[in-house]
Amino acid sequence: MLWIIKLGELSLFTLQRMGRMGLFIVRAFLCATTPPFKYSWVIKQIWFIGSQSILVIFLTGAFSGMVLGLQGFYTLNRFGSVALLGPMVALSLIKELGPVLSALMVTGRAGSAITAEIGIMRTSEQIDAIELMGLNPFRYLIVPKLIAGIISLPLLTAIFDVVGIFGGYLIGGKILGVGEGTYFGEMANYVKMKDVLEGIYKSLSSGILITWVCCYKGYYAGFGAEGVSKATTQAVVLSSVLILFWDYIMTSLLF
Amino acid sequence: MIRIDHIHKSFNGFSVLKGVSFQVGRGEIFALIGGSGHGKSVILKHIVGLTKPDQGHVFVDGKDICHLKGEDLEEIRGRMGFLFQNGALFTSFTVYENVAFPLREKTNLGEKEIRQRVLAQIEQVGLSGAENKYPAELSGGMIKRTALARALIRKPGIMLFDEPTTGLDPIIAHTILDLIQSLHQHLGFTAIIVSHELSRIFRIAHKVAMLNEGTIWTMGTPEEILSSEDPIVRQFISGATEGPIKLY
Repeated sequence: MLWIIKLGELSLFTLQRMGRMGLFIVRAFLCATTPPFKYSWVIKQIWFIGSQSILVIFLTGAFSGMVLGLQGFYTLNRFGSVALLGPMVALSLIKELGPVLSALMVTGRAGSAITAEIGIMRTSEQIDAIELMGLNPFRYLIVPKLIAGIISLPLLTAIFDVVGIFGGYLIGGKILGVGEGTYFGEMANYVKMKDVLEGIYKSLSSGILITWVCCYKGYYAGFGAEGVSKATTQAVVLSSVLILFWDYIMTSLLF
Repeated sequence: MIRIDHIHKSFNGFSVLKGVSFQVGRGEIFALIGGSGHGKSVILKHIVGLTKPDQGHVFVDGKDICHLKGEDLEEIRGRMGFLFQNGALFTSFTVYENVAFPLREKTNLGEKEIRQRVLAQIEQVGLSGAENKYPAELSGGMIKRTALARALIRKPGIMLFDEPTTGLDPIIAHTILDLIQSLHQHLGFTAIIVSHELSRIFRIAHKVAMLNEGTIWTMGTPEEILSSEDPIVRQFISGATEGPIKLY
């Protein structure tokens, strides 16, 4: 009987946490759509989440494109279809790798920092101090990060895609000899607006997902350094798993 | 002005407050003393509505803060200042920006007037010249002073001090309590102070309550507390390690 009680307790606990997480994002969107708007705080966060992630996105995009160019060339060569290298690289990047890898990189670079920052603010009573000034901490801490995530992720993904496509061309075209016209020309024939939109939708939802999970984990971080470190680990793991899970859901819905 | 009415509070099944009641009149300095872990800070958090009681009520200016939400709660909090144990300064802001923050966000004052008020407040707490320093560059005493300036900048009618002298050397601790006393004389706010700095607290408080085992063990003027024959009060005042007080 004891295990049934434990199972029941665990179910109720999980349900309560999921409800709290759901209410968290609802509250964030309510604050995001009602004044006062904190524009300068949003700009700071775009700088932090977006601009400061460009280098890591650039490097990841370049190497992903280069690997795709190399693997794609040898695979397509078996079927005598190297002319399709451009579309293969572009579609892989635009529809899947761009949104997913960008989101994972941003989670590692900015998401963990978001959780740690908010977690430390929680444990050092800075969030309580904001509340006691009669202010809503969501407007200062959560909403700017949420909006910055929504704006930054699609732009970072676009950078990732473009750099990746040129990375693929560097290997496939410049080193392995696929013609420039073939590489880019076929791309224009096969890549449709629908594919680009799929990538944008995915990156937009990743922007929400990362900031939601990382802010939530920080906001409810446990006591002391251990609580913050635990929250940061949980935020990165949960965000990464949810990004891949949501990518699958989006792909199956958008196909 | 502040009335605590039979509040009970438990955390994870551990009962911290077991029917605490007291009243603080307008303009009074009320000191809450007692051992660590006996719930003094929890009482302060009830008064500002950060924690809700399991039972009982907290009235501030006649309004039950336990049932206030949204703008009503924000309005009543706007009339209170809270000095946190560790200052709770925003680490990415300078001293000036920390003190200016409540004015920038909660008033329609222009930047010129904000500057005048902030600089005057910083001067009042003796921090002139440190306006552009970040919290990481400040000593413990300076952090407390900055937090005090930030708490006072909107001229609150009620000030709550959560161990304002913890972690400070005796000289700085006395300076902070002297500062609180002189600001009280100047501004006339109602104050509740949680402190272990007994000698100084007894000198500035109008009323003292001692918390023990989750209840108000004794309450009275500083003279009454000092002359108490109760063994628990005697042990706490003398700081003896042996005695009836349970250590947490």
